[in-house]
Amino acid sequence: MNFNVDEKGYYGDFGGAFIPEMLYPNVEELRQNYLSITAEPDFKKEFDELLKVYVGRPTPLYFAKRLSEKYKTKIYLKREDLCHTGAHKVNNTIGQILLAQRLGKKRIIAETGAGQHGVATATVCALMGIECIVYMGELDIQRQAPNVARMKMLGAEVRPAQSGSKTLKDATNEAIRDWINNPVDTHYIIGSVVGPHPYPDMVARFQAVISEETKWQLAEAEGRDYPDHVIACVGGGSNAAGLYYHYLNDKRVNIIAVEAAGKGIDSGESAATSALGKEGIIHGSKTLLMQTPDGQITEPYSISAGLDYPGVGPMHAHLFRSQRAKFISIPDQEAMDWGLTLSQMEGIIPAIETAHAFAALDVCKFGPEEIVVFNCSGRGDKDLDTYIDYFKL
Amino acid sequence: MNRIDQKFKEGKKLLSLYFSAGHPNLEDTVPILKQLQASGVDMVEIGLPFSDPLADGPTIQESSTQALRNGMTTEKLFSQLEEIRQEIQIPLILMGYFNPMMQFGIEKFCQRCEEVGIDGLIIPDLPVDIYHEQYQTLFNQHGLYNMFLITPQTSEERIHFIDKVSNGFIYMVSSASVTGAKNTFGSAQTDYFQRIKKMKLNTPTVVGFGISNAETYEAATAHARGAIIGSAFIKFLEHQGVERIPEFIKSIRK
Repeated sequence: MNFNVDEKGYYGDFGGAFIPEMLYPNVEELRQNYLSITAEPDFKKEFDELLKVYVGRPTPLYFAKRLSEKYKTKIYLKREDLCHTGAHKVNNTIGQILLAQRLGKKRIIAETGAGQHGVATATVCALMGIECIVYMGELDIQRQAPNVARMKMLGAEVRPAQSGSKTLKDATNEAIRDWINNPVDTHYIIGSVVGPHPYPDMVARFQAVISEETKWQLAEAEGRDYPDHVIACVGGGSNAAGLYYHYLNDKRVNIIAVEAAGKGIDSGESAATSALGKEGIIHGSKTLLMQTPDGQITEPYSISAGLDYPGVGPMHAHLFRSQRAKFISIPDQEAMDWGLTLSQMEGIIPAIETAHAFAALDVCKFGPEEIVVFNCSGRGDKDLDTYIDYFKL
Repeated sequence: MNRIDQKFKEGKKLLSLYFSAGHPNLEDTVPILKQLQASGVDMVEIGLPFSDPLADGPTIQESSTQALRNGMTTEKLFSQLEEIRQEIQIPLILMGYFNPMMQFGIEKFCQRCEEVGIDGLIIPDLPVDIYHEQYQTLFNQHGLYNMFLITPQTSEERIHFIDKVSNGFIYMVSSASVTGAKNTFGSAQTDYFQRIKKMKLNTPTVVGFGISNAETYEAATAHARGAIIGSAFIKFLEHQGVERIPEFIKSIRK
C-alpha cells in the first residue's frame, strides 16, 4: 500500500478536490504548477536558504535524558518549537510564499484558528513585502489577543469571520470566499494538510523537512536513520505529516497520532476526529469529519485552539483507516499535566497542542532499546494565559 | 420528458427563484412553492441547508443557518415535499452541498428525489469530473438532471466538457463571486455573456448570482435563456413574508 498521494489527489479513499466551479481555476493553476515550481533548482535554493538563515533550521534533534530514564526508552524531541515564530507552521508559509511569488500573485490570504498560522503567514508576507489578509473567527479574535496584535504589528489585516460558529472552520470558509471573489491576483496559504488537492500534498512536502532532518540527525546520534516510533499531535495534521513523511512507507517505523479528546470522547466536547468522525467532505476534501447524522459539520472542542478542527487531513484519514497509524486521544487534563511535566523535566515549555503528543508515553509501552521521536511542534509562550488560569500560577 | 426540458421548449425567457428550505419558518416550503407557481415563476431551486456553504454569500449562509436552527433536515424536506406534485407542476430543483447528501446516502437520496418528483440537482461542490466518473449513471437511473456552474474564469475546453455532460441547463455564474446581490452588470459581465452565447452550446444557459431586480433580470436574459434570483428573494421573504411573494415577482418581470 502506498501512503503518498496518488495522481488524482487521493490517499486511498480520501482527498480529491470537491470544490465549487468558482474555485476550479485557482486550484487547477496550483495543481498544474506546484510540483514543477518546487522542483526548480532556484526555488529549492531559496527555500533551503530561508529555512536556514531565517527560520533557524536545522532544528535540533534533542535526546531527552530525564524523560528517557523515567520511561525506560530512548526519547528524542524534534525541536520545531525553536523555529522562528515558535512552531513548525513557518516551514509551510515560507514554501507557499515563494510559490505564490513565482505564480505572480500580489495578495495573500490565510485562515487562522489560534493565530499561529496567521502569524507565520503575516511574517513571510512582511519578509517579502506582500499584502496579507488573515481571516480569523470573531470568537478566536477575542480569545487570542496577543496573536492578533502580532499579526497587526507584522502589517497584516485581520478580518473577523462573523458567520456560523465564528471559529476556525468559519475563518476557512471566509478565506475560500475571498479567493472566489479574487481569483486572479490572490494566493490562499492554507495552514495545514487539509483542503482540496494539491494542498494536503503541497503542505506535507513543505513540512517534510522535519523528517528529512530527523533521518540524518538520527543516523549521527544512533547509527540508524529511522526510529521505532514517531509521535505527533494531529489537528489538521501538518506537523504530524512532516514528521511521518519520509517514514510513511517504511514499515520498521510505527506511526502514532495523538488527537485532542477535549473533555472526553463521549462528552460532546471533543476534537477526536478519528473516533467521532465519519467520511464526508470538508473544505473541499473527502476525509473524516465530525458531523451530525444529517451531515452538518459540528463544532469541535479542545483546550488547545490548534487541535479543534472538525476534520483531519486526508493523509491521516487514510493512515487511520488502513491502520498504518495508531490513533489515540488525550483529554485536556492529561495534556495540561504534560505541559508541566515537560517544562519541569526537560526545561521545555510546550504548546498545549504539542503537550498532547507526550501523553502517548502514558498510553503506549516502549522497549528500553527502542527509539521514540516526538515532534515538539510548538512552544508554549502563546498558551501562558491558559497555563496560568489552569494551574493558578 | 423531464419538466426542465419541457419548460425550455416553451421558448420564453425563464425566471427561476431560489430559497433555503426551512427559512424563514420551518414549514414555509410548500406555501412558498405555491405562491411562486401562482405568480408565474417558471422554475424553483429549493436550497437544502448546510452548515458550511462556501460558495454562498452572507445572505444565503444566514438563511441556511436559520433553517437548520428551525430544525430543517434532509428527511424533513423530503417529507414536506411528499405530496407536492399534486399541486405544483413547474420544475423543481434541489440545490445543496454534497456532504449532507453523502450522509443521507447518495443512492437513497436520488431515490427519494425521484419519489417526490424532483427534476434535477445543483451540487456546487460536486465537480463535473467526479460526477461524470462516479454518479452520472445513478442520477440517470432516477431521471435526475444535474446542472453545473460555469464562471468567467472557466476555460472553453472545460465549458465544452460541461456542455457534453450536462442536461437541463448550464448555470452561468455572472461574475467571479459568491452569491449575493449586485445592482447592475458591468461590461465585463456583458462580454462574458456574449462570449458564451457565441459558443453555441447544446445546453441552454441560465444566469445566476447578482440578479436582484428587473434591470439585472433583463440584462441577464438578453444573453441567456433565463435567470435565477436567490439572495434578493431571501431578503424579501425575511422582511415582507411569504404572502407578499407576488409583489416581488411583479417587480422583476412585468
